[in-house]
Formats: sequence, structure tokens, C-alpha cells
Amino acid sequence: MTDRIRTLKLTSALVLGTLAMSQQALATEELNALVWCDHTDPALIEPFEKKFDVKVNLKEYEGTGAALAIVEQSQPGDWDVFVIDGVDVPRAIEADLLAPLPADELPTDDLFPALVMPENHTKDGEVYAISEKFGYNTISFNKAKVDPADLNDMSVLWSSDKYKGKIAIYDYYLPVMGMVAVGLGKETSGLTSDDLPAIKETLFKVKDNAKLVGEVVSSQTALATGEVDILVGGGEWVTAGLSADNPDLDWVLPKQGGMRWSQSIGVFKDSGKKELATEFVKYILSPEGQAKLATSSCYWAMPANAKAGSVLSDQQKTALRWDDQEAYIANSQLYPAPDAELDAEMQDAWTEMLQH
Amino acid sequence: MKMAGGAQSRRIDLGPWAFVAPALLWTLAFFVVPFLVMVVVSLWERVGTKLVASWTFANYLKFFERGHFFEAMINSLEVTAIVTLLSILLAYPFAWIIAEKVPQRWQRIALVLAILPFWTSYVVRSYSWLLVLANNGVVNQALLGIGLVDEPLDLANSRTATVIGFVHFFVMLLTLTIYANLVQLSPNYRKAAADLGAGPFRIFWHVILPLTLPGIMVGAFLTFVLCIGDYITPQVLGGNNELLMPQVIMLQIGRRADFPTASALAILLMIVVTVAYLGFARWIRLERA
Repeated sequence: MTDRIRTLKLTSALVLGTLAMSQQALATEELNALVWCDHTDPALIEPFEKKFDVKVNLKEYEGTGAALAIVEQSQPGDWDVFVIDGVDVPRAIEADLLAPLPADELPTDDLFPALVMPENHTKDGEVYAISEKFGYNTISFNKAKVDPADLNDMSVLWSSDKYKGKIAIYDYYLPVMGMVAVGLGKETSGLTSDDLPAIKETLFKVKDNAKLVGEVVSSQTALATGEVDILVGGGEWVTAGLSADNPDLDWVLPKQGGMRWSQSIGVFKDSGKKELATEFVKYILSPEGQAKLATSSCYWAMPANAKAGSVLSDQQKTALRWDDQEAYIANSQLYPAPDAELDAEMQDAWTEMLQH
Repeated sequence: MKMAGGAQSRRIDLGPWAFVAPALLWTLAFFVVPFLVMVVVSLWERVGTKLVASWTFANYLKFFERGHFFEAMINSLEVTAIVTLLSILLAYPFAWIIAEKVPQRWQRIALVLAILPFWTSYVVRSYSWLLVLANNGVVNQALLGIGLVDEPLDLANSRTATVIGFVHFFVMLLTLTIYANLVQLSPNYRKAAADLGAGPFRIFWHVILPLTLPGIMVGAFLTFVLCIGDYITPQVLGGNNELLMPQVIMLQIGRRADFPTASALAILLMIVVTVAYLGFARWIRLERA
């Protein structure tokens, strides 16, 4: 009899425990975010998950074209949060993908002025996205092996073979093709199909001098291990995280300028969890969220919110070149923002360059 | 009687079907249906960011119109051929030593030792090769150390690195298939050939090698199939200095979300593998005959 009672108690405890866990599981909401890889750092996401008892599902993508296609091929409501290149926000607004954000709850006044970008983020008086992070695609290099003065002129990458075999190219067509365009004296905002032949020809010359074309990890590894001495398309996002271990890794904005990238964050119009998604946006834009995003394990870059400076350490700010941002912003252009047709042509040119 | 006999034969016929039904259903659900979906999608179009359900061979024509697609197939075939040939040349003596020279009680241990490195992750192993072959990696440091070269060789991020990464993997596979073939051979073949006056080389060339061709061909075919469809090794070790077919397919999916073109390219790759299968199967059958 005692055994039966003990068995009954144990069974009841197990059943109740399972039910309690099920309830907890049911209580935990899920938020689906389409992001760049810097948002996948647990140090960034976990504080939000704990605070709101939510599981944030993160889907990484590369390139706005791919992101828009993923959204197009998903069901309405599948996605809640969208991290997108700043120059591409108007495309997302035009496609009616984004919901208006509560402007009075966003720290817009705390952003670096150049990052407010109302022409990109606002339409008909409504704010649809807000900048969260920015940086530069320019030239990273090992100053123990390369004369920094050489890299003040970007054309050394294609007009000379001084660094042949010691160059890596970051495998992302928009910034690198934009960089080459800037190097050829073009405005990235006005690129057309007619500009592509010259850009492609120059890219081929850079490829002739290159040892490899690699994505984020490969290109960082190549520079860090000494496999190459120069990374085309690099910037603080490559070297800032590595500079503590290797102070020789540096980056430069050549006299022609470089690409300034910025990421924006918004909430999908069809999200069924707009309030929670908005809380996520507010968390990412908070000084704490911004500091974590700026020093994310995938890549470092400047936070859009200037108040993150009070959270970042001096070493982190030095690595990010916090005090030089005004000059850098003035000498940089935004990414190209091609329409679908030009985007496809640019990708074809990029694939040809890879196969060259 | 006739009816009873008919009922009995139906019972006998249904039995085997019941046994194979799970495998058939599995194949249907996870191969036939996805394959048909892929065929249908390969005939669609991507217009802007949208997939348009149409019936066009435009995605297949792209393969011939765009040089970088066609070149990717040529690169894949070249790399696969080199890898298969090198793997056979390295695996055969390895398998022969294990089968002929290692005492029988140690053979199993020798085989386990041969495949031990492959218990690590495929991706980790590829990245490890990248470090080993780097300018300041073990290989170059050793070559510099013994004075064979004055400057580090450009091994990493090249076709050479891709081939080395592949061969490292497929030598193991071919060793197993060739070893399995070798140990099945009766020693009487060798004795008979020796009695007829053949020396060790003639015994190997005219007796052992032909009898182990099925093992070589089975391993070679598996190597061909796995190598031509592999994305990780060329992506990690090749440094994007040339693209192989799986990389081009992944570019269509990951960067453009162009599933129709990716499907068409994948089907073209499958056709190449099917042709290779027909070639290998016919050859093996002829040799057996």
C-alpha cells in the first residue's frame, strides 16, 4: 500500500511537473528576426530574452536582395524584426513591409546626426526604421608589412603589383563594387548599368593581385594569420576586434574615400507581435544594447547611438576610432542601392570576378 | 481450388511489399517528391524578388549562355577527376599494405587508425587544413626549415588546397572499398600464377589488379559523387579563386534567393552524376563478365 501511495505521489509529481513545464513553454513567446550575423551574439540577445521571457529566433542573411526574397517567399507574419542596410530601407517601405515605429519612444536625438537619415527612414511623417550601427568598408592592413602611405591612394590595389598575392577581397559585392566605383571617381548613389564595365574591369585587376576572396571569417582569419597583408572591403569591423591581440592590424580611409555602411532596424508590418518587436528595437537602441551590438563577436562597428560611448571602454572606443568619426563620415559615401535589375547585373559581374 | 490458389498467391505477393513499404515511402517522401518539386521550380522564373510559376527552360539556357556557370562545371569535373585519380593511387598501396603486410589480428586496428582522423567534424578538418597549408603553416615551415624552398609556397586558398582536402578524405573511403575487395581474394590465385612462372609484378598486374577493379570502381564512383557535390571543401580551402558547381548553386540560393536557377543547376549536376553512374556501372559489369 505504501509503495502504491509512493508510486502515485511520484507519478503525480511527474505529471504536475511536466504540466508546469508545458505552461512555462507556452508562456514563452517567440520573436523571429531577419538579421546580419552580429545580432546572433548571445551576449546581445540573452538579456532581452530573459527580461521579456521570449525566445528570439535569428535568421542570418547576406545582401538585401536575398532578405527581400526570403520575406517574399515567407508567409505574412512569419517575421517580426528586420535588420536591413540603411540605404535599402526605402525599398522595404515601398514594398509595404515595415510598420510605423513610435517615434517618441525612439532615441533619435541621441544618434550621430549623419545616422538619423530621415530621407531613408521616414515617409509621410511616419518613422519606419532607425539606424543601429555603422562603419566603413575600406582597406584593412597589417602596418608591420605594408606602408600605410601606399594605401592612402586606393588605386594601388589595381594599378600596381606591389602587393600581389598579399591581398584578400571581402566577398560582398555591394561594398567592394561601391569602393571601386568611388576609386574610379563615381558617385555610388548614381550608379547605373553603364558604370558596370569599368567597375568590372577594375575588379578583375584587383582579383589578379588577390590571394583570396573570403566571407567575414575567412577574410578576418587571412589577415590575422598573415596569409594576406591587405583586406579590400575591410574596416574597423575586421580590425577592431583583433587589435587587442595584434596592434599592427589597422585600417585606413584612402583619399578617394570609402564606403559607409549603416544598418537599420524596423518591425514588420505583418508581425503579430509588434509591441514585443518594438521593445526589441528599443533594447537594441539602448546604450547597453548598442555597446553589445558594437562589440558583437561576429564583427565590431560603431553604434548609431552616441550615448553608447558611456558604456564602451576606452580601449573599445579607440579600436572603433570613436573620436575620428566626424572626418570619416565626411569622407565616405553610402553603399550603392541598386534596383532589382541592377542588383542582378552587379551580382553577375561579381560572380564573373570570382570565376576570373 | 483455383480461387483458393489465387488468394494464396496474393498473400505471398503482398508480404515482400509490406517489408519494403517503409523504404519505399521514405524514398518517395524524401527523394522522389523533393526531386519533382525541384524539377518544377527549375522551370519557374525569379522576377525581381518574386518567384513566378511559369514553364520555361530559361534557367537551363543560362547555364550555356553565362560563361561562369559553364566554367564552374568544367572546374568541378577537373577537380573531381584529379581527386579521384590521386585518391586511387594513394589508397591502393595503403589498402594492400593493410591486407597483405599487417598481421590479420592487427588489421582491424589498422583500419580503425586509418579512419580515426575522420571522427572530427568535416568543417573543422577543412579549416585545419587551411591553417596547415598557410604561408606560416606546418607544411611551409617544414619546407623552409629543411631548405627545400626559399619562400613559402602558395598552397592555401587554391585548387591545390581543395584537392588536398578532398584527397585526405577520399583516400580513407577508397582504402576501405579496396581493402574489402583484397581480403576476399583467394590466395590460390597468386599461388597458381606463381606456379605458372609469374613474378610478383606480373601477378599484381595481370591477376590482383583486375580482380580488385570492382572495389576500385565502387570507391571511385562514391568519390566522384561525393566530391562533385561538395560545397564545404572548395569554399573553405579554395579561397574563391575559382568556383565549382556547388558554390555557384549556393550563390544563387544564399545571395540571390534564386531558387529556380539553383534548381536548374542542381539538376544539371545530377545529370552529370547519372551519366557517370552509367559509365561506372557498365564498366564494372563488363569487367566482371
